[in-house]
Amino acid sequence: MTHTAIAELYVFILAGFVGFQVITRVPPLLHTPLMSATNAISGISLVGSLVVAGSSRNDLATVLGVIAVTCATINCVGGFIITDRMLKMFKGPKLKAGEPK
Amino acid sequence: MTPQQILTDLAYLVASVLFILGLRSLTKPETARRGMQLAAIGMVAAVSGTLLHHEIVNYGWVLVGLTLGTIIGWPLGTRVAMTAMPQRIAISHMFGALAATLVGVAEYYSHHREGLSMARPMMGALGFEVLFGALTVSGSLVAFGKLQELISGKPITFPGQNFVNLALFSGALGLFGYLVYDPTQQWAFFALVGLSFVIGLSMVLPIGGADMPVVVSLLNSYAGLAASATGFAIGNNVLIICGALDGASGFLLSVLMSKAMNRSFANVLFGAFGSAPKGGAAALASGEMKSISAEDAAATLAFARSVVVVPGYGLAVAQAQQLVREMAEQVEKRGGEVKYAIHPVAGRMPGHMNVLLAEANVPYEKMVEMEEINDQFPTVDVAIVIGANDVVNPAAKRDPNSPIYGMPILNVDQARQIFVLKRGKGTGFAGIENALFFDEKTSLIFGDAKATLQKLVSEMKTL
Repeated sequence: MTHTAIAELYVFILAGFVGFQVITRVPPLLHTPLMSATNAISGISLVGSLVVAGSSRNDLATVLGVIAVTCATINCVGGFIITDRMLKMFKGPKLKAGEPK
Repeated sequence: MTPQQILTDLAYLVASVLFILGLRSLTKPETARRGMQLAAIGMVAAVSGTLLHHEIVNYGWVLVGLTLGTIIGWPLGTRVAMTAMPQRIAISHMFGALAATLVGVAEYYSHHREGLSMARPMMGALGFEVLFGALTVSGSLVAFGKLQELISGKPITFPGQNFVNLALFSGALGLFGYLVYDPTQQWAFFALVGLSFVIGLSMVLPIGGADMPVVVSLLNSYAGLAASATGFAIGNNVLIICGALDGASGFLLSVLMSKAMNRSFANVLFGAFGSAPKGGAAALASGEMKSISAEDAAATLAFARSVVVVPGYGLAVAQAQQLVREMAEQVEKRGGEVKYAIHPVAGRMPGHMNVLLAEANVPYEKMVEMEEINDQFPTVDVAIVIGANDVVNPAAKRDPNSPIYGMPILNVDQARQIFVLKRGKGTGFAGIENALFFDEKTSLIFGDAKATLQKLVSEMKTL
């Protein structure tokens, strides 16, 4: 195994730990937004797709790349919008006039 | 490294940090929205950074993809109804996994076409990428079809299914091993893509509609792993990080869901969760079902001190969330307190019911998780069950022969009085008799949930 591959494994494992730590603390209340948030974030495959679509290596790669860019962009755009739409709906305690809080 | 490359890598670093902060903000509803907006900025940074990449020479095609994606993604973000969230999520797993798979195929194909040799670690990464990618694509499509009711929600099974699945899986593993041994075997690569696609179908087809929350979570995890593998294959850290976050999240959610649905995790991992565990003859609930008119129920509800609403998916189907909140307002107007008891699988995906109630302007502090509210039921005056059945079935605790025995349930049977809104006298989603309906403290209000709630609200207004 090469040196870079080992470094990449480090990144993967450590990111996985961070993910577990962070996500176990997300309350069930927000599990649906969590899912759509990770979906939006997974639109990051856009960075790989962009390079394939734009590097003009061969026709097949370009076609597959453009489809991949389209798919990943759908997730980015749609994912962040719908997550925001959902989170906007979660309203805190209603404060009536004169009610102490 | 050229200054350009350094800039790109720094953009990825910023994006990774913002993504993690964004997910962390989801631990509290107050911070969630701002955090996810930051994550979106991270995404813009990552994409801008990538556009500086020296390999990108043809911006025309890039622009075509970005434009098409935005045109399709926009309505998927702004228009889709909250009740349709599960299928919306399922289809976006498909998009994410498809992107990963196509990048993998293009990468492999171009490498061989250009006569470059491929190192084994890279082949391994590409293999994982198309394996998880392709099976997530087809699996998510089936899940989408079932949730959207394009195909039957019933488990589709055939004799020898487990054997076929096992054979498919060993076949894929064999091809994978062979490719790592000899990355030049193009036929094996494309066979692996095809076989993985078939595995996705055979994994999800046997699973019933009610089990979809687990499936969708698991596919979330697989889509993440595919993205991570892409990162390994093209040496991109931000992809590895996001894939790992996604994978961890999906994994955790599927463990939570499988617990809430009374299935062992091993059962979930190996995809054999379609068939419910077979019990012996379950004790039949019997006795007299007592019914009550909406008028009488309204009188009791109006003057109750503490009311707990137990919403099930039936409530969402009836589109009656708004009416539930109106009913709650009537109780609160007279000084009573209303809470909502949310079972983890009350909707069609993790946290679905919370979103549906939030949409109907129910403040989130009134939505109480199962563990927290279960101790409070003995002091509850009225528990009102709307469109829920199995999650309140006491057989889960009392009857070892019941198929749902061991499933965590809401202790509605401990409330002082129970109202159940029910369409007719039939059994629930799982087809199991519910002893709660025959309990002497229980009164059933028959009829369509929406119509009944409407009657309740208007009666309460006149009191």
